[in-house]
Amino acid sequence: MDKFTDSSMSSFVDQDAVRGTRNSETIAVAMSGGVDSSTVAAMLRADGYEVIGLTMQLWNQRRLAGRPGMPEVVHGRCCSLDDVYDARAVAEAIGIPYYVVNHEARFERDVVRPFVEQYLSGRTPIPCSLCNNHLKFDQLLRVARQIGAARVATGHYAQVEFDRQRERWLLKRPRDRSKDQTYFLFGLTQEQLSRTLFPLGNMTKPEVRARAHGYGLALAEKPDSQEICFVPGGEYKNFLAAYLAEQGETFPDTRGELITTDGRVLGEHGGIHNFTVGQRKGLGVATGSPLYVVQIKGDTRQVVVGGQENLYSETLAVRQINLIAFEDLTDSLKVRVKIRHRHEPAPATITKIGADEILVRFAEPQRAVTPGQAAVFYQDDVVVGGGWIS
Amino acid sequence: MRRVYLDHNATTPVVPEVLEAMRPYFFEHFGNASSIHHHGQETRAAVERARESVAKLIGSRPAEVVFTSGGTEADNLAIFGLVRPSDHVITSPVEHHAVLNSCKHLEEQGSRVTYLPVDPAGRVNPDDLRGALRANTKLVSIMMANNETGVIQPVEEIGKICREADIYFHSDAVQAAAKVPIRVETIGCDLLSISGHKMNAPQGVGALYVRRGTTLEPMLFGGSHERSRRAGTENVPGIVGLGRAAELARRGFEQGEDHAVAALRDRLEKAILQQVEAVGVNGAGAPRVPNTTNIYFDYIEGEALVIALDLKGLAVSTGAACSSGAIEPSHVLTAMGLGQDRARASLRFSLGKHNTAADVDFAIELVPRLVEKLRELSPVYNKTSVVPS
Repeated sequence: MDKFTDSSMSSFVDQDAVRGTRNSETIAVAMSGGVDSSTVAAMLRADGYEVIGLTMQLWNQRRLAGRPGMPEVVHGRCCSLDDVYDARAVAEAIGIPYYVVNHEARFERDVVRPFVEQYLSGRTPIPCSLCNNHLKFDQLLRVARQIGAARVATGHYAQVEFDRQRERWLLKRPRDRSKDQTYFLFGLTQEQLSRTLFPLGNMTKPEVRARAHGYGLALAEKPDSQEICFVPGGEYKNFLAAYLAEQGETFPDTRGELITTDGRVLGEHGGIHNFTVGQRKGLGVATGSPLYVVQIKGDTRQVVVGGQENLYSETLAVRQINLIAFEDLTDSLKVRVKIRHRHEPAPATITKIGADEILVRFAEPQRAVTPGQAAVFYQDDVVVGGGWIS
Repeated sequence: MRRVYLDHNATTPVVPEVLEAMRPYFFEHFGNASSIHHHGQETRAAVERARESVAKLIGSRPAEVVFTSGGTEADNLAIFGLVRPSDHVITSPVEHHAVLNSCKHLEEQGSRVTYLPVDPAGRVNPDDLRGALRANTKLVSIMMANNETGVIQPVEEIGKICREADIYFHSDAVQAAAKVPIRVETIGCDLLSISGHKMNAPQGVGALYVRRGTTLEPMLFGGSHERSRRAGTENVPGIVGLGRAAELARRGFEQGEDHAVAALRDRLEKAILQQVEAVGVNGAGAPRVPNTTNIYFDYIEGEALVIALDLKGLAVSTGAACSSGAIEPSHVLTAMGLGQDRARASLRFSLGKHNTAADVDFAIELVPRLVEKLRELSPVYNKTSVVPS
């Protein structure tokens, strides 16, 4: 038998490795069909937990297939049939009940819609955080509790622990810093953290793959998914157009002026949704020195361009705050602040300046502060909290 | 774990009598029913005996029964065998997807399709059918019994109208066969689909009744099997199984099995309505097949309840499973006018002839308890509970 076919997977799974001592607690595992969550399910099963595999059906990948700029067939993506197939095969191989739960309506309302609207208003959204807040750690947690699992485990690289001194649940960076996903998890509440397990938090990715091999999981070498799950090929502009067309909505006119930092009009641009702060290519103007997008004015639809030096900001304001390590921020606090997924947290002081607003003052000016992205505060490994850059 | 199966509208077990009847046709009598030699004659005889048995179940002539691979193929053959792009078709929005998606495809090919409205119980009004008839109406396709609610359509009145107007009438009777008596003459239909695995025969076999004189274009081209209406070597064991199941179904009616199932279904329904608040029966008041009840439990997610029940050993269903296995809100309940929330909060319980009073008690013990538990965790139901936003 071809050992690479999925149908042979069960014969390769080391059943002894995934059947440990009994543990009475029931844990739901959010299974995406990838290596990480599959390994989590197998690990918990090996630890003797009663494990239930759940996959969230969030987006019908075929909905926009074949529209202009969209692929005809979408393979190997979140919520694709291939991934559900893989997750189901893992569940079957390790011997756990498995269900697909449909949260498409909520996902569209709380993730896809805001994603589209943010782009059209000149911001650069991160749908993964919204998905974590509104779907994975809300809807899924509720379904899990309803079917008898008090806690949900995911394949995120992060750590959660209870701090007895503070009497709070803490979110911490994982051992494998290169896989750190805490930036997308800053919105988790104490209630959500208390019901969440991140079993991969102290493992490296190679260790996880080795574990997957050890259990005999056929997908141990499946590549990581990188992009936004509902946007094929990362072509978000095509997605915006296809989605609005499907909804029968006209694509709003977001064209406007391209101006310099001192207000001089350089020309017209084709729509603010085409730009993100820090962008250099595709501005459509030729000047002697390199120009960058330094600001997108949603209300006037102006795109402000300037030199490299105009990209740096010393301060930024954050709204829709979620604090994890503290109940409230009374005094200013020295932290490190991460302002995009691939940003090395930079030293800063955070100060509360409104009921739901925090001012971040960096020790050194930071490049390309982008509205719509999250600012997440760290003290060493601990996620203090975070919010949305306004 | 004790497991109780109350999802017989999805599929039924092959009962021992059916399996025994099929058994010789895998090895002992394995011939191709088209062969001229002894082996072929043996299986030919078996296929024809099965045809007689199915014909008896629906009150047709044996020659009017065409064996297919199942209900979906029977529906497709009826529709695509008759309708051309210039034709008009009338159907309803509560049909099975085998009919609905066939009609959708017809529309893509240029045919016009009218979807008759349904009342809150999911029944079409024969007067609406009269009003929808056009000069080029070729086919009316209205199911006999609904798969989700069990509600029976006024097929005899529909058949009468179609006869008067000289229009073909197809009825998908997949969920009616073996549950209620079927007489094609009384219904007045020209085409009628049944499926083996909904009536204790195996999956992969079904039949289409084709009234004598009805010319169907075949969908499969090949040999002249099934009087050139369905090419392909007969699935002899499956056909034999369907024949035996049809025989058992007729015997079941004689012995009152349908009444026994109805009594169990009614007991289940009554107990749930009594013990749980904010519930109701979808399709209540309309005539229904004896084995089905579809109940809404306001303030819950049917999907979560189905999973929770499965984990405790009770198999029921909700909505329609899409390709990933996730549940989509039922098009049937939506067409009946239920809101999205109530459609998603509805569960189907469908009993089979082997279910016992103890099975029903198991469900009666489990369902109210789990509904209450789910409601405790529902932000809509219990506004005092603290649920993170």
